[in-house]
Amino acid sequence: MKTKPITGKAFVLGKNIDTDQIIPAAHLVYSLSDPEERKLYGKYALSGVPAEESGLPQGNIPLTREDETESEFSIIVASDNFGCGSSREHAPACLEIAGIKAIVSPSYARIFYRNSVDGGFLTPYESEEDLSKKIRTGDELEIDSEVPALINHTRGETYKLNPLGSVADIVHAGGIFAYARENGMVPR
Amino acid sequence: MGMTLTEKILAKHSGRDRVKPGDNVWVNVDVLMTHDVCGPPAISIFHREFGDDAKVWDKDKLVIIPDHYIFTKDKYANRNVDVLRAFAAEQDLPHFYDVGTDRYKGVCHVALPEEGFTRPGEVLFGTDSHTCTAGAFGQFATGIGNTDAAFIMGTGKLWVKVPETMRFVFEGGSLPPYLMAKDIILKIIGDIGVDGATYRTMEFAGPGIQALTMEDRMTLTNMAIEAGGKNGVVEPDGVTEEYVRARTDKPFEKFYSDPDAEYHSEHFYNLEELVPMVAKPHSPDNKATAEELEGVKLDRAYIGSCTGGKLSDFVAAAEIIRGHKLKIDTYIVPATTEIARGLETETLLGTPLIDIFREAGCKIGNASCAACLGGPSDTFGRLNKEEVCISSTNRNYPGRMGSKAAQVYLASPYTVAASAVTGVITDPRIFIQETVI
Repeated sequence: MKTKPITGKAFVLGKNIDTDQIIPAAHLVYSLSDPEERKLYGKYALSGVPAEESGLPQGNIPLTREDETESEFSIIVASDNFGCGSSREHAPACLEIAGIKAIVSPSYARIFYRNSVDGGFLTPYESEEDLSKKIRTGDELEIDSEVPALINHTRGETYKLNPLGSVADIVHAGGIFAYARENGMVPR
Repeated sequence: MGMTLTEKILAKHSGRDRVKPGDNVWVNVDVLMTHDVCGPPAISIFHREFGDDAKVWDKDKLVIIPDHYIFTKDKYANRNVDVLRAFAAEQDLPHFYDVGTDRYKGVCHVALPEEGFTRPGEVLFGTDSHTCTAGAFGQFATGIGNTDAAFIMGTGKLWVKVPETMRFVFEGGSLPPYLMAKDIILKIIGDIGVDGATYRTMEFAGPGIQALTMEDRMTLTNMAIEAGGKNGVVEPDGVTEEYVRARTDKPFEKFYSDPDAEYHSEHFYNLEELVPMVAKPHSPDNKATAEELEGVKLDRAYIGSCTGGKLSDFVAAAEIIRGHKLKIDTYIVPATTEIARGLETETLLGTPLIDIFREAGCKIGNASCAACLGGPSDTFGRLNKEEVCISSTNRNYPGRMGSKAAQVYLASPYTVAASAVTGVITDPRIFIQETVI
């Protein structure tokens, strides 16, 4: 399937970024279906990350600037075990609302991974190696989903990504409901 | 080749003779649980996808237990409970435990077993990562997101990738008097790391497990997710049967792992050699013994949550706290209303637990998740500034209990209580030898 490449600026994080850091529990109260109220999730996405670890290697870079609900960054590059902790689907949802299109990490906590795919929020790519020390926040990236590979235009480097494997069909359909409709499991 | 307990449950619920790790299967769901944080968005997706007039697949299998943000003035949080209430009325749901009524329960993972919804051999999904707690009853139980929950509401099914199983074998007769299940699981998570069991089953087995009560087993399986586990599970036995039969008449089927089942790995622990453990800030795998941290200064102690707010947790804390004036602010939050009543009826040397806590100067809150996950700013026990807290809860990531500037140490109710008495991290063994033996 021919899919449009994902392009944009990198936002780099360390390891074990848990869902309380992605969206602190005090913010889980807003509606995800109300078009205005849901923007608050974009405002507070990644607001639980300690400031010095937000936007590496420099740090002290918020994903979303103060008074804004959308980020200038499009692709999160993180170290191991991204999304560990709670099952809150508000985590992948808030990243999508902030404008994140994909995540690249060597490994994910499974519930976050599943929620990202089944809810069709964004694509969690597994990198072969930990790229959080090779890529800097602000680097211009491109994901070629057919190889699949991550191209760093700022540094002229290309990194291998693992194929999506058994979740590829759900990712390409756009989520579990679209997938189930394509396969006759849920009425159209 | 035989199958593990988890593989057998998933095979049966997907209509297959056998499954193996890595298989993707669609399973029939026995129970779906949701609460006030994830219920409203799941309901919204359910109606978006199945229509405004859609009905849930089986109203007897959907359980709604508001527990997270209950005693708060936060208008959004209160609105979310209203959403649950309207949905329960619209769908005529028999298992809704509404706030402000006699039916209100508190923390879902403890309420589910109390109300008879955790039955061996079944498949239970919940919109909360600590749904894995229910694996203590020999069932497959795991946490999911809002979209998956909405999918189940409409279809009664969900896809699952069959996990590999890691087996943790407990040797030694029983727990030493100063040790709690929390010490065992903190030790295991510290050994294998917060991603040491990612997408695997953690099966707890061996003679040591048979000596544990249901509440102890729930403490173990509750924190399987803190190692990244898909589920935690214990084979059912007489202890399980007795607990479940006292709470439900529904039939259930017990499954056991075959002697020739294939495991990812096996890990052996002698319970008699373990010592009180602590997880240091800011990760559940940042392990130390309580003894190594003796003297770390604390501002607050907290006993509560699905993993550390059960009646046996408060009995343990009371054994140590009885007769002392506490040096630091100490918060007591029973997981459920049944446990709250237990604080009044359960006695230690003739004194109700609640009086022991009151006389020691504890602050006692209402049954709910409370400050375990921070919550709205007026949440009981929330850490709102640079405070150092020792807690019987299950997570200590940055900001988990409120402020990012706070530091949280995780420990057993014994260790939390001993530390509350002294104001610094304290190995509980000195108190246990004084007061219990």
